[in-house]
Amino acid sequence: MSQTYTKTLTDGLWNNNQALVALLGLCPMLAVTNTLVNAIGLGMATTLVLVMSNGTVSLIRNLVRPEIRLPVFVLIIASFVTAVELMMNAWFHELYKILGIFIPLIVTNCAIIGRAEAFASRNRLGHSLLDGLAIGIGFSLVLMVLGASRELIGQGTVFADAHLMFGEAARGLTLSLGDDYPGILLAILPPGAFMGLGTLIALKNIIDDRRAERAGQAPADEGLEQAVGNPG
Amino acid sequence: MMRHPMWLGAALLGLFGIIGSTLVALTYQGTAERIARNEREAVLRQIHALLPPDSMDNDMLHDTIVVSAPDELGAAQTTVYRARLHGRDMAVVFSPVIAQGYNGAIKLIIAVRADGSLAGVRVLSHRETPGLGDKIDERKSDWVLGFSDKSLDNPPVERWLVKRDGGDFDQFTGATITPRGVVKAVKQTLIYFQQHRDALFAATNAPAATDNGERP
Repeated sequence: MSQTYTKTLTDGLWNNNQALVALLGLCPMLAVTNTLVNAIGLGMATTLVLVMSNGTVSLIRNLVRPEIRLPVFVLIIASFVTAVELMMNAWFHELYKILGIFIPLIVTNCAIIGRAEAFASRNRLGHSLLDGLAIGIGFSLVLMVLGASRELIGQGTVFADAHLMFGEAARGLTLSLGDDYPGILLAILPPGAFMGLGTLIALKNIIDDRRAERAGQAPADEGLEQAVGNPG
Repeated sequence: MMRHPMWLGAALLGLFGIIGSTLVALTYQGTAERIARNEREAVLRQIHALLPPDSMDNDMLHDTIVVSAPDELGAAQTTVYRARLHGRDMAVVFSPVIAQGYNGAIKLIIAVRADGSLAGVRVLSHRETPGLGDKIDERKSDWVLGFSDKSLDNPPVERWLVKRDGGDFDQFTGATITPRGVVKAVKQTLIYFQQHRDALFAATNAPAATDNGERP
């Protein structure tokens, strides 16, 4: 409650970015970020679930007693994920088939139960919703940067298959380096995901260091708020 | 601190279980029809990529039988869609036929015309190595299109092998196992069709596994 809205926002997007700082949700992040469209799809689904679960957990935070707190959170998250999965199957059928198992696996994204436990169960509704949104967008942005760069390096396109998400009109959005781009297989394979993520984390740390130097002090309260659960 | 009775916690947990299931049930009700339609359209799109829509006038999605020939077709159950025009048997579509690739099962959809020639083969799903074995996917290379119009006489049945094994079909640089598996599965499907042709067309309908029974 002492937190301001601005801090919630910057924490979620940057300082406590779940993908770059907390390293939560690694499994779906590394697995589906081989194209930008996949990354957007999973990012949107995760954000939606985060906002809904944070909101619900915040609403019932005084009702649920500590000993059944976690099972209730899991129930809420699992219900929302299943609902989102059905909706994606109905409205983004092709994308749903590509993302496959990783949609139901959003349930196991520790970032979600982590935010429910660490934030939403202690804060008011408005704040919790904003936190869910900020964390979700922060996570999605990392997915998108990773997805776009792996797609570009690996197969020489950005935004291939955009029509799966935005309809036939979006076919033209695809950028391509040309058909004679040989493609670098490593970027598409799992090791490429780890290297890409490592590079992004390094970049973030460099930027943080620069900013701290300029401010003449240590990085501000980064990582103070540790999320619950193991990375997974 | 006052101890709350245990049943209260249990009741609360049960309540949330009911609320959660209700949410899922309502979403399911709201989306079931659309999902069934999506799946039907996806199957139809696959079929129409192999057989032109004007080569049939029957409702293929409901003119199906389910066969079980794991030795020939690879799958425990394969749905056979039958295309007819003015009551004449035109073609059948097998889905899925399972080929053994480098990384496990490759699911194929195979359309065979009544005269025993291939109308086409497509890969439904696979887990072959990107850049090597995944050239069986028509989005990566046109290798799979080479099956069109082939039959057990063209090339002769003993030439239904990849070139490395002395046959007529190209393999990929660095990946022989994948095309070898696909060629074998297509050949066995053609043999199966040859042996069961009349039975396949004559058998009475059984609902397809992919069809939820909803009529448009």
